[in-house]
Order: sequence, then C-alpha cells, then structure tokens
Amino acid sequence: MSAGRASAETLLSQAQSGDEAALGRLLSLVEKGGEPAQEISRHCHPKTGGAFTLGVTGAPGAGKSTLTSSLATVLRERGFRLAILAIDPSSPTSGGAILGDRVRMATHAQDDDVFIRSMATRGNLGGLSVATSGAVRVLDAAGFDWIIVETVGVGQVELAISRAADTTLVVLNPGWGDEVQAAKAGLLEIADLFAINKADREGTEQTERELRQMLSLRSSQSDWSPSITCTVATRGESVETLLDNIIEHRQWMEENGELDERRASRAWSELEQLVIARLVREASEMLTPGNHPDLARDLADKSTDPVTAAAALHKSHFPKRTAG
Amino acid sequence: MNARVLVAKPGLDGHDRGAKIVARTLRDAGFEVIYTGIRQEPALIARMAAQEDVDIVGLSILSGAHIALTRSTVAALKEANVGHAKIIVGGTVPEADIAKLKELGAADVFPTGTRMEDLVSRCRALVEERNKPLNERRQGQRRNAAFPGAVRR
Repeated sequence: MSAGRASAETLLSQAQSGDEAALGRLLSLVEKGGEPAQEISRHCHPKTGGAFTLGVTGAPGAGKSTLTSSLATVLRERGFRLAILAIDPSSPTSGGAILGDRVRMATHAQDDDVFIRSMATRGNLGGLSVATSGAVRVLDAAGFDWIIVETVGVGQVELAISRAADTTLVVLNPGWGDEVQAAKAGLLEIADLFAINKADREGTEQTERELRQMLSLRSSQSDWSPSITCTVATRGESVETLLDNIIEHRQWMEENGELDERRASRAWSELEQLVIARLVREASEMLTPGNHPDLARDLADKSTDPVTAAAALHKSHFPKRTAG
Repeated sequence: MNARVLVAKPGLDGHDRGAKIVARTLRDAGFEVIYTGIRQEPALIARMAAQEDVDIVGLSILSGAHIALTRSTVAALKEANVGHAKIIVGGTVPEADIAKLKELGAADVFPTGTRMEDLVSRCRALVEERNKPLNERRQGQRRNAAFPGAVRR
C-alpha cells in the first residue's frame, strides 16, 4: 500500500499530535503485517509503558461493549484520554466480519479524547486477533492514558486476553450458575476482577455467592483476591466502583512489581505467538495439496501411514531437527 | 486482502434494513464491515472512517437528501484526512441524480433494486483500484493517500 511511503516515524508523530487518520493507518499496517509492521513495532516499542491496558472479556451478550462504554465515560470524567480496541469474530467461511461494537459506544462519538477501533479476529482463536498486541503497542506509543481491549464473546477458554492486557476483567451475568461452573475451566484463572453485569436482574446475589465460593477454592499463589462488582452498565450503576477496583488492582501490581513482571512476560509470549504463527505459515506452505502426490497416493493405498509419513516429511524439510 | 468498509446512515431517516442487508452481503463476500447505526452526522462518519482506516465509505440514504448529505460527507472526509476512501451511495436515488452524485465525488451509486452481485463486484473493483501502486494512478489526485497526514486540520 502506498501509505507505506510515509514512514512509521512520520505517521507516529502525526498520530501523537492527534491525527486520527494517521493512527488509523498505523493500525491497518500493523494488522497487515510484513516489513511495515516491523518498522512500526521498532519505533513504537521504546515509547510504550505510559498506557494502562484493561482487557474486558466474557460470554456473548454479557454486556462487554456497554460496560466498556460506561467505563470510558467514568475515565473521561476523571480526565483520562483513552483508546478502545473492539474485537469481533471473522467469518470462518468468507473471512468477512461485521464489526458493530461502535453502535453501543455512540456516546463517545463526539469526544476527541476517545479513539475507537474495531478489529476482526482474522481466523485467530482465543478472542483476539494476531495483531492485537501490536495494535496495543501503537496506541500506547501514541500517548493514550488507558487502552481498553474488548474481546470477542467467548465461553470457557479465553486465555489470550490475559497475555495482551495489564488487568483482565471478566464480565458475567446473574443466573449464570452453570456458566460460573464452566468458568472454572479458564475464566476463573485469568480474571483479576469480575463484574456481574445486568445486576438489576434476578439471581445476582446467588451468582455472586457461587462465584465467591468458587474463588475461595481456587489454588492461587497470588495474594490478590479478585473483587466482584455488580453493575448495571446501561445505567452506569456501580461503574465508578468498578473502575476504583480496577485502579486498586493496578496499584497493587505497581507496588509489588507484578506489573513489570506481567509486561515482561507479555512481550515474551507475544514473541512466542509470532514465531509460532510464522512456523504455521511455513508448514502450511510446505503442505500445499499437490506438492506431495506420491505421498498422498501411498497414504491412500496404505503403503505408508500418516504417523510415519509425517515424521519423514518433517525430517526432509528440517533435516537438522529431530523428528518427534 | 481484508478490505474494510464503513456502512453508515447519515441524516434523519431511520430505515436501516437496506444498510443491514448490504453489511451482511459484503461480510459474506469477505469484507470487514464496520456498522455504525442510524442517524449519523457527516463529520462523525468521517471521524469513524479515519479511526477505522476504511477503503470504502458506504452511505445508505432513503430520505431524499442524498445530494446534500453526499456533498457534506465528501467535504468531511477530506477534512479528516481520509479523502482517499472511496464513497459509495445507496438508497432511493433517482436515475437523474446518479451523475450529479458522481460529480460530487461518489465513486459509485447503487439505487434501490441493485443486484447484490453487482454491489459486491463493483466494491471489489474499487478496492483494487485503491490498492494499485502509486505510479499507476494519476499524479496529484492521490497525494493524500501516500501521506495521509500531509494535509493538516
């Protein structure tokens, strides 16, 4: 794309001075990957660390977008500039996506200090896109005080967000006893805080009680115990309290060095993800159907088997590595 | 390719069925569609187009005010440094107004009754045109695409 001609440095300084089109372009280049994305990453990484990143996750329909919007309102009242990354799933068949989270964030449309960007997962699992960490890095370098990453609505094993955010907020709803049970599988481990949203509905107290019970059973080395806030995001109820609790977690992490630790391990895990993505791409190129007609025929007539063939193929492409 | 399209409804008419059908059709054709909801001001549409860095801005207008709304959206997009995004207009547009809309800066117009296949293929063509290397395009006209921030607000 021609805009690659404007250097990452130029685009970033334009973004820092409030040019939203330049910031939008940077985020697209990060999503596209390749050499421009590397250049942007190189320029942005040293300038990061000023923003605090909050991850918001939970089941579809839990009210993540509305809660994100209400949190943004409270953050603005306290004078912070913020960016929101709203992630929605790509269709696995067409690759297309409808990104509609902005509809629920319309109250911030005229506020120059709230930047909203929608992202599609582009085939990535875990509720985030591959480029999410890169996008957070750009927004951080662009000078926002807070970044809220709202994930795709997910069920049980939503671990990716805890590797992309400083603090992870899990949004549940009343009467979701079974979901809370299910949450044992993943959400419980990654939550730094819980919000029970739509708390004007029946069953809030019971859900809160069950959640507390579950939390008391969890074996954690950390001396942080996740808070539970009952919110009604559509009316902004208890969203102030929720933000106070988030800030309390931030202060706790800052005081005991957890924040620096998390950020360091986040950078490493992003590196891991990127290397894995490259290897997967390499492997799928190697496995392009038609590249191995003999092998396909041997498998079909059973003169070889998939396990032996996989080991041989791996060895022939990576002779220095031992086949597993 | 992951082309991005903003589907917006400027002005006061609240009939969004057409916009939603267009959004779904384009999604099924592989586009990333940012859907904005009804009653959007041109300046806010332009701001969203900047933040989302879209290739195409689709305006769905059934109020009859398509001339005025297209004119002000074209101006707002330039103001927001996204003059490079292609504008398409859909809705109840009389045949006689199509040329006028194109003159104002619309890249294509899809009046009621347009076949969805045509919408998809023409949107794809617009994205291809936008992604052509700089030297294949007319000089001058595309300056802002190369340097999105070159014109300051």
